[in-house]
Amino acid sequence: MVHKTIIDELTRSKITKMLGDGRRADGRGMEEQRPVRIETGAIPKASGSARVFLGNTEVVAGVKIQPDRPFPDVGDRGIFICTAEILPLAHPDIETGPPNPAVIELARVVDRGIRESGMIDLSQLVLEKNKSVMGVFADNSVIDVDGNLFDACSYASTAALLTARIPKWEMRGDAPARVEGEEYDAPVTTIPASVTMAKIGDSIVVDPNQDEWSVMDARVTITTNSDGNVCALQKGGSSGFTYDELVRCSELSVSVGSRVREQIRAKGAAVRGDG
Amino acid sequence: MGGRDTDVVLLDENGVRCDGRRIDQTRRVEIRAGVLRNAHGSAYIEFGDNKILAGVFGPRDVHPKHMSDTDTGILRCRYHMSPFSVTERKNPAPSRREIEISKVIKEALEPSLMLEKFPRTVVDVFMEVLQADGGSRCAALSAASVALADAGIPMRDMVCACAAGKVADTIVLDVNNEEDQAGQADMPVGYMPNMDRITLIQLDGVLTPDEYKRCVRTAVDGCRQVYEVQKKALADRFFGGGGKEGSGDGA
Repeated sequence: MVHKTIIDELTRSKITKMLGDGRRADGRGMEEQRPVRIETGAIPKASGSARVFLGNTEVVAGVKIQPDRPFPDVGDRGIFICTAEILPLAHPDIETGPPNPAVIELARVVDRGIRESGMIDLSQLVLEKNKSVMGVFADNSVIDVDGNLFDACSYASTAALLTARIPKWEMRGDAPARVEGEEYDAPVTTIPASVTMAKIGDSIVVDPNQDEWSVMDARVTITTNSDGNVCALQKGGSSGFTYDELVRCSELSVSVGSRVREQIRAKGAAVRGDG
Repeated sequence: MGGRDTDVVLLDENGVRCDGRRIDQTRRVEIRAGVLRNAHGSAYIEFGDNKILAGVFGPRDVHPKHMSDTDTGILRCRYHMSPFSVTERKNPAPSRREIEISKVIKEALEPSLMLEKFPRTVVDVFMEVLQADGGSRCAALSAASVALADAGIPMRDMVCACAAGKVADTIVLDVNNEEDQAGQADMPVGYMPNMDRITLIQLDGVLTPDEYKRCVRTAVDGCRQVYEVQKKALADRFFGGGGKEGSGDGA
């Protein structure tokens, strides 16, 4: 937001001052994520769904799966698309209308983290090569905003995908047809976990809340996979990072990410046949 | 998972890449400053097969007015690809990809500019990709920074940019189009060489923690090489190609 209020200035000076003493305004440690709560199966009409709370940020994600035409250059893979939207009911500053660059970035970063991790084995979602494949759509709706929508949307889509049941389709003649009553677990290879960190002054904090988000100098979102490797990264905000800071952030993303991953994995284990 | 099946040998046994480069070599980079008549500052870059123009206007009045900031000037960036810049015609309307790239380039340039000297104004940067190869966002960012310097906007540093990536299980500098399509990871980086700050970084593809560190360092090395080309472009523009010693001639 270009418009800065006096409150923002006061918030910033308070937050920076506290960070200088090694404290955060909400009492968390610098590397402490807010509590994550995940509920799955909230939307039975979706193939998979999740409602995620990251502190007071709340997101609902739904997965819809249906036959589609493959992308021309990759006819041997299914389609995966992840979107994100901030609903106007989520915050007084959100307006209706076409998505602004920040929302487009949000959707693309969430999509990239899951896509680049290779979470869904798209080669298993082909009905007929170059002709018909299954399309997996994970759509996120942010319904309450308290900062760090990147991680909240990422956890919601990941949990929704992990618990999704894919309806079975097969080719009958020229067209795909639904095999009634049959469905199977999504072919999952790894569980991505994104961790967003904000740089405020000289401090780096994990999982910035809305106050921290509105005053931060820069941020970085790093997604890691189940092997603890980095699979996607996005820097944002109007300042820069040193090499050492980026290394430290990658280490934080592995340690913080592994805890959330276990939480998401437990949700999957309760639902999936492969435990 | 960037890795797609391909017949191209990305890296042969002698460490030579599909376009003949070594793993620590950038493609050919040439930058010219001051190429447009009407823009307040401009630059043209050829980075491998990328051909990109950057034009700068401002500081000038902000329209729409509500965007203006009473404390500082603002920066607006537009990265746009011409319909003929890629193999299949690209729809000229800005895509979501272009909107995201415009945003990350803006945030990469902002730390280098002293826009607080120009409250209530805007600096507009327009980047037009006339021909795209891999790494067009880095090339566009490098050109934009030269164009901003050409426009005389007060700056703390230049922003130079180059990508690194993982191809055939090896960390390589400056991923080209084939390597991007078939490679395993791509990491564009924008860097302020004198402030030692990374102002743009993205990654897609899987890297181990060690590969991640080497990839960042490799990309920063590439940025420093681009920085030399940027300086040369500005020296050519303002000192007639002769470096500092040429500047006083004929006066």
